[in-house]
Amino acid sequence: MTADPSPLAPTSLSPRLKALAPALGVLIALFLSSIVIALSGVNPLEAYQTFMAGAFGGSRQITETLLKATPILIIALGLTIAFQARVWNIGAEGQYHIGALLAGTVALVQPDLPAPIMMLAMVLAGLGGGLLWSLIAGLLQLKRGVNLIIGTLMLNYIGILLVQYVARVPLRDPNGFLPETARFAATAQLPRLFGTRLHIGVLLALLLVPLTYLLLWRTPLGFRLRAVGNGPTVARSVGIWPHRHRLIALLISGSLAGLAGMIEISYTYLRLRPNISDGYGFTGILVALLGQLSPIGTLIAAVLFSALVVGAQALNVTLQVPVAVAGVLQALLVLGVLAGNAIAKR
Amino acid sequence: MIDITKRFPGVVANQGVNFAVQGGEIHGLLGENGAGKTTLMNILCGLYRPDQGQIQLQGRPVQFHRPADAIAAGIGMVHQHFQLVERFTVAENLVLGERKQLWRDNPKRLHQRLRQLASRYGLDLDPAMPVWQLSVGQQQRVEILKALYRQARVLILDEPTAVLTPQETQGLIATLQQLAAQGTSIIFISHKLNEVLAVCDRITVLRDGQTMGTVAAADCDTHRLAEMMVGREVDFTRPERASRDRPEPRLRLEAVSVQGHHQRPALDAISLTVHSGEIVGIAGVDGNGQRELEEVIVGLRPPNQGTIHSQGTLAHIPSDRYTMGLIGAFSVTENLLLRDYRYPPFQRRGMLRPKVMAQQAMTLVNDYLVRTPSVQTPSRQLSGGNAQKVVIARELSRQPQVILAAQPTRGLDVGAIDYVHAQLMAQRDAGAAILLISTELDEILRLCDRIAVLYEGQIVGWANAATANVNHLGLMMAGKHPPETLSIPMAHDR
Repeated sequence: MTADPSPLAPTSLSPRLKALAPALGVLIALFLSSIVIALSGVNPLEAYQTFMAGAFGGSRQITETLLKATPILIIALGLTIAFQARVWNIGAEGQYHIGALLAGTVALVQPDLPAPIMMLAMVLAGLGGGLLWSLIAGLLQLKRGVNLIIGTLMLNYIGILLVQYVARVPLRDPNGFLPETARFAATAQLPRLFGTRLHIGVLLALLLVPLTYLLLWRTPLGFRLRAVGNGPTVARSVGIWPHRHRLIALLISGSLAGLAGMIEISYTYLRLRPNISDGYGFTGILVALLGQLSPIGTLIAAVLFSALVVGAQALNVTLQVPVAVAGVLQALLVLGVLAGNAIAKR
Repeated sequence: MIDITKRFPGVVANQGVNFAVQGGEIHGLLGENGAGKTTLMNILCGLYRPDQGQIQLQGRPVQFHRPADAIAAGIGMVHQHFQLVERFTVAENLVLGERKQLWRDNPKRLHQRLRQLASRYGLDLDPAMPVWQLSVGQQQRVEILKALYRQARVLILDEPTAVLTPQETQGLIATLQQLAAQGTSIIFISHKLNEVLAVCDRITVLRDGQTMGTVAAADCDTHRLAEMMVGREVDFTRPERASRDRPEPRLRLEAVSVQGHHQRPALDAISLTVHSGEIVGIAGVDGNGQRELEEVIVGLRPPNQGTIHSQGTLAHIPSDRYTMGLIGAFSVTENLLLRDYRYPPFQRRGMLRPKVMAQQAMTLVNDYLVRTPSVQTPSRQLSGGNAQKVVIARELSRQPQVILAAQPTRGLDVGAIDYVHAQLMAQRDAGAAILLISTELDEILRLCDRIAVLYEGQIVGWANAATANVNHLGLMMAGKHPPETLSIPMAHDR
């Protein structure tokens, strides 16, 4: 008798309507946003046109969208692995900052390393920084019973402030006016791709999409991570240890967040300073969930989310729509898609 | 209920089902798993709406849009898993969800009123008792009283005897007969043929979502009912066993104790030995340490005292196949290979080989008669019987020397029970040592060589299955010690 679907599921929606639910969600979100945009004195249709053109209107815009998507995608792929194991790592933002901090320190302390070794050292420092930061939260949970959500969340603030401190005090550029370090040497800059503004990190992020899929669905480790996430009691009774595998999932996601931090400072910022993240660690959580914990879904969600950010900037610059209004548009769109998905799934 | 049809994506759960209950009648609803009993009753309770067909109450067509409509119309359901708040008193559970009054009744007056209601129906209950202090049988009476308190004229009981001792079952049957005599209609869902025959006036049999017919219990016997239910003859006799070679001890527990909640031991100095080629049964009412015994043997929980020796591969058919046996989101293939995924040929150079895994799964699905749309189907979509077959296929295909089977047929229909029993007996004949933990006394008596009765974490007595007396076992299961059954027969005695 257990094969019956949940008795509380409504049965009145037709399948066709269900398939259209996400699109309907977007339409409702656009409609509600139109009201807000109109209230700020701008024609909504013109606003949407500007928005689209700003995100996808030409190669410059597309490049910008892809660059913005890269750190989000790398973080979200790591979180996909963590969330598949039902490890609620909310600390990607902090792991990102510590990854950036260690990689930046390498670049500043050893500026004379030859380019390939510099890159390798920075990548390892980035991965290691993220791993270390997530390990602290993992150990706090395993040894002291600190809830992982709380532990990772609190470590975010410490990570962000630690970067600010290092940029303001020990590594501050003595010749600069701003509270930031000196600019990295050219060897600490990510190589660009074929003369475009895209860098090698974009390629790496795209490569991580199939790699994440292979890890989760084609390796014994991924099998165990998913088993622990989907049925911890069953996993334990067939000899898969939940604690160990939850820690592994946490460390993988932490390392990838650290890698994203390394990529951002060795391309966009080229120095350590306050505000080296646009909330990527938090956006990554949303993107992993919007992508329904599938690597391909995460890729799509990361690009769309990045387009939302880039398009909103265009809206602000071109039509002087307040940034807050663009934020409302983003939030409404996410809610619309999520609500639509929830209906489509029933 | 006239010509009821209900479709789910890919299945027709009910197809033109006709079902009529008269006032003051006890009506049995019998059918295999997936036959559509629960769907039919969920329609009657207002949880589902039928795609076609009509429900009539006393000749008038009614439509239930939500459960509250059905309750208001006088339909009450006692679910298999009780819907009670354990911390609340009986009275608080009864008035829970009532909206009509702003203030709660004076407890004294409420208790007085409820005591009168209970005694009118011959239900012995103290409204002031918190539910967690009640036995399972008493909790069931609370559920029945709750339905009556809401003025149910049709009372649906889903597998009501599954959790009761034989003595408690007798009490329940007496209650039901008294209710029926006072005019309440009772729908009694069960898969136990004997019980349905003993309790019901008429019996409706469902098979594959269709009505197979309604018969008067007086004109019927178990064989005919079983045939209607599964469409073939079913054998109920205790199967003879093959003779066995020299038995050797394979699983030995020595004075194993496990701490439970509230400082009470969940298991208290359990000692037992299971030999190759025998089935030892652990009888008892649910909640007397079965879960702890199971967990301690498979190593999910360390014993606080005592030792456990197990020789060779241990197969585990868990008591809860959904939380301990199968991962619902995983495919049939993944569930079948939950233990072996990491070994060649399923893994090569660190990568899993989905094709080889699917081939192995297909072989097992064929060998163990699992009915599934494909091996990629998530296991949560399987019916209870097929889900259990997946667990059995995974565990028994590894040629175990020791098998721990906990409630292996819980929730299964006659056909699937037969199948599970045959598998266990085949393993026993092949020389496996089997420990069977079951709350179904019939099952224990049918399969086991020796029987131990578990009560409040202790083995209160042993019996030899061939000579066991059901009444004595029942008394032991309720914690009373009939002295003559306390002898401990050894495996070699026979």
